Amino acid sequence: MAILSARSLSVHFDTPRGTLQAVNDVDLDVEAGETVGLVGESGCGKSTLGKALMRLAPATEGRIFVNGRDITRLGKGAIDAIRSEVQMIFQDPYGSLNPRHSVGKIIGQPLSVAGWKRADIKARVAELAAKVGLPEAALDRFPHEFSGGQRQRIGIARALALNPKVVICDEPVSALDVSVRAQVINLMKDLQAQTGVSFLFISHDLSVVEHICDRLLVMYLGRVVESGRAEDIWRRPAHPYTAALLAAAPVANPRLARTRAHKTLQGELPSPLSPPQGCAFHTRCPLAQPRCAAERPLLRGLAGQGAAPRQVACHFDLVDHQRTPDVTATGTAYVSA
Amino acid sequence: MALIDAPPLTPLPPAPALLSVSDLEVTLFTRAGQLKAVDRLSLEVAAGETLAIVGESGCGKSISALALMRLLPEPPAKITGGSVRLAGRDLTRLSEGEMQRVRGKDLAMIFQDPMSALNPVLTVGRQIVEVIARHDPASHRAMQARALELMRKVRIPDAERRFNDYPHQLSGGMNQRIVIAMAIACQPKVLVADEPTTALDVTIQAQILDLMKELQAETGMGLIIITHDLGVVAETADRVLVMYAGRKVEDGTVDAVFDRPLHPYTRGLMGATPSATLQPHGRLAEIPGSVPALADLPAGCAFNNRCPIAFARCFAERPGLTMPAPARSVACFAVEQEGVRHGDPVGA
Repeated sequence: MAILSARSLSVHFDTPRGTLQAVNDVDLDVEAGETVGLVGESGCGKSTLGKALMRLAPATEGRIFVNGRDITRLGKGAIDAIRSEVQMIFQDPYGSLNPRHSVGKIIGQPLSVAGWKRADIKARVAELAAKVGLPEAALDRFPHEFSGGQRQRIGIARALALNPKVVICDEPVSALDVSVRAQVINLMKDLQAQTGVSFLFISHDLSVVEHICDRLLVMYLGRVVESGRAEDIWRRPAHPYTAALLAAAPVANPRLARTRAHKTLQGELPSPLSPPQGCAFHTRCPLAQPRCAAERPLLRGLAGQGAAPRQVACHFDLVDHQRTPDVTATGTAYVSA
Repeated sequence: MALIDAPPLTPLPPAPALLSVSDLEVTLFTRAGQLKAVDRLSLEVAAGETLAIVGESGCGKSISALALMRLLPEPPAKITGGSVRLAGRDLTRLSEGEMQRVRGKDLAMIFQDPMSALNPVLTVGRQIVEVIARHDPASHRAMQARALELMRKVRIPDAERRFNDYPHQLSGGMNQRIVIAMAIACQPKVLVADEPTTALDVTIQAQILDLMKELQAETGMGLIIITHDLGVVAETADRVLVMYAGRKVEDGTVDAVFDRPLHPYTRGLMGATPSATLQPHGRLAEIPGSVPALADLPAGCAFNNRCPIAFARCFAERPGLTMPAPARSVACFAVEQEGVRHGDPVGA
């Protein structure tokens, strides 16, 4: 059973200019010990989805399950109880730490909310600090005394305080320098190996996502357009948007950068207040056909992917419609289900 | 005037540097004392060439760019040594009035955040016209026509309509295009771009980088791209200069530096960069610790407290730049002494 699930989850906001459909009809499962990546560009709804799963943004439709329990309509008291199972790490490690609380108090906060005894909190905080590589002396100091990477360690220690089953990480390393980013990514992988915690990793940085995630969901204008094992998607993106994202990501290798096919996606993200009819991506899609403007493709499974289910929302996806010789040669059938 | 009519004397040497910075030094005068934010930085950019300056926050890359433009916040920052020669003229010796004629005309700059580079209460069209009016005045109609042409050149869709829009009505990518249009309005010899795509989404980043390369190919301008992203370096630059704690630690052609990074810091940066298509799920190489503050740089080599191969000499003396190969320089005692071994590929 998945630890964190969403079924047909939608989050709509009423604005003076109409309804903003931030998240539309998203299904998602995070299993024990895995890292699921949620990728897309700004405005695609990935952060709103993360917040909705934490019940920090209101779900308009659909259901959210934690350990099989429906938490979509739980009241405030009951929600606090599931906080020990689902925690969050934010992008801005400074903005998410109270500047007037000592680091020890910040890390211990979830424990005191959960009603732990003072002596137990102290011991647990010391243990957590050691786990994320903070010196013991750090606990008496304040957030402004720390660098960005150290602050993110504080945020991670706080998120792990109650031994959550899953941590929703919203762009946790985007604000960090390259060398420090590697430290934090390695730390997260180590902690996952030790505790078996699952991560929902929200990011726009494809190289980081590829590095850390087992499975991926690619979002565009509030909808999931492709999902599956990270490796499969990387090797053979099925949705033209995923392919365009991968092609646009800069590669830290000058020879490869010069030789690889360089097709830049034209145009910009349409307004989520008035998403295009049909497939939301058809206005920028290099492969769009008349049907794409008329009929919205549903998320459907791709067969022939072994045990790993893979889905795409495209009438003319790249896997089904542009078989490459090596695929047919090995006899692998890529057919729509 | 006779000079113009005189026949050329001798052919010029190949690809002379358009911009040549030597031993540039920027000092911050603070209560903690005088801090060298940029320490004897030398670099050259030829016509049509792209130089990437790469490093982490606080390494002095942005302050170097501001120093080139003579836009340093003064006080506390001040150019305290060295020269910046653009087509032979030393910009550090110009008066502010003379510098204003250079800025935006011969030497232009693009900043990270297009929204703060634009005036929120003027239409984008008017802001482009203002740049033209400043350096190359003509009739209002002619300048408007040129501004529109520039907007089309940077691929603003529906330029006529967008001309009268305000920055808040445009997306971040569109605003960055407007900033680029302003920067290239007077055909600068050198364009300095400080993290031009860091605030943008990856598909828009690719569009903007493509646009800058196209404009460069068309005009032959020199380009300095300042970035923390090795991917952007690999995609755009001909040469790369790595900075750490205000100093150049390594430079060379992109191929040479990426194939064989010499300085342990460069090697660390590359190992720490997950690459979208190259690396599988392995463990990233870490550089321990974090960038030291300028006020408490270690004695000797500034990288010694994070360096995996530092030895006694690194703590006692500061390494100078040496040239292990033509057009290549590095500041590291380990490379100096046992060069080849530490020039092995990353991860070896």
